Amino acid sequence: MTSIQNQPSTLSADISSRGYAHPEMLVTTEWVAAHLNDPAVRLVESNEDPLLYPSGHIPGAVEIDWTRDLNDQLRRDYLDKAQFQALMSRAGITPDTLVVLYGDKSNWWATYALWVMKLFGHKHAVIMDGGRLKWMKEDRPLTREVVHHPVADYASPERNDKGERIFREGVLEHVRNHGKLVDVRSPVEFTGERMHMEGYPNEGALRGGHIPGAKSVPWSRAVNPENGTFRTADELRKIYADEIGLKTDDEIVAYCRIGERSSHTWFVLKYLLGYPKVRNYDGSWTEWGNLVGVPIEK
Amino acid sequence: MTAEYKDIPEDLADFVDMFAAMTDRQERIDALIDIGTAFREVPPEVATRPFPELRRVPNCESEAFVFSQPQPDGTLKYYFAVENPQGISAKATAVILDKTLSGAPLEQILNVPGDVIYDIFGRELSMGKNMGLTGMLNFCKAAAAQQLEAQENSK
Repeated sequence: MTSIQNQPSTLSADISSRGYAHPEMLVTTEWVAAHLNDPAVRLVESNEDPLLYPSGHIPGAVEIDWTRDLNDQLRRDYLDKAQFQALMSRAGITPDTLVVLYGDKSNWWATYALWVMKLFGHKHAVIMDGGRLKWMKEDRPLTREVVHHPVADYASPERNDKGERIFREGVLEHVRNHGKLVDVRSPVEFTGERMHMEGYPNEGALRGGHIPGAKSVPWSRAVNPENGTFRTADELRKIYADEIGLKTDDEIVAYCRIGERSSHTWFVLKYLLGYPKVRNYDGSWTEWGNLVGVPIEK
Repeated sequence: MTAEYKDIPEDLADFVDMFAAMTDRQERIDALIDIGTAFREVPPEVATRPFPELRRVPNCESEAFVFSQPQPDGTLKYYFAVENPQGISAKATAVILDKTLSGAPLEQILNVPGDVIYDIFGRELSMGKNMGLTGMLNFCKAAAAQQLEAQENSK
């Protein structure tokens, strides 16, 4: 088993220069390339598109698919303790392994997997800045070979939903208290407009619009579109502090359609800007937009 | 599998049967990746960037756009664009929909159920991904419905 003392430093000059509250939560593609064979590190790819990992991934990386691996297969919920332990063991991850997550869509599923890992208190999980897009743009190696790492011992605490997650009752109370909400969906989803052609069925929710009081900041504004890297802390502060007025002491709730894009914003607010009280509402619009009697704004 | 589906385009029924016969997930994935490599974007004589928002598939995270052109025989030829360069599933779906719905009887296109996406990609497909890919199919069906209506009105 790898001990925590053996963990490599994740800091790089590039990321440290960007002014983040927790620069240690990001690693560069260069850093990953230099640690491909590091036994203290486990690369984990998590994608929106299920064909991407099998079409080619970073050598040594395992896949965590949110549908198959992170969700309870019966209830709409995440893994329980035993299931999470089994997943980590199967991936060859110990509680001390430094897990480096990356994926497509500027790492939104990678941040989602990291968010779930934090529900189980995994301490050492970071994101590869730029994700698959940057790795591929740099012509770094990909392989279709699926590796099977030795099964590891993993003892996890029970899942703790209190710190990073919020449920509908909590959101209702948050709304009543005029708490801060960030809707990270597209502007069209936020306004509830129908922009698509006549005759197209409206899927996902019975009502369009947003949770009262929410501010619209599409998740993708936090990244540089050309290479998927996160914007600097100054650039992010202009969006989240200056534009929508988030303050350090605010209780903040982020949501989207099913909680995956909002985990990206959760990561940005919590680790890159250092807001201490950020929760992800994973019920999101597929729950809120279908609930009977809850308030909605357009 | 397709015996459950009444009167859908024959080529699509063949595709669904082919994937239904695949019991190995890896085999299915490899087949879809191969299909995706055949993707060709909508030609410039049909549409150019910026593509009109009305052609954007709602809920498709791979930013797919669907176009159609009436053919002399009254059917439609479908074209697609996928703006996400890593949207392999959307590209594979576009190839399958073009191969099986272009030139098919419009009434049969309207009969295609959304479940064919699960049949082809497997039941483990995430809800969000399924919504996006099914959205591409629904866009094709909506275009077929509009074309049928136009044909009825011109009689």
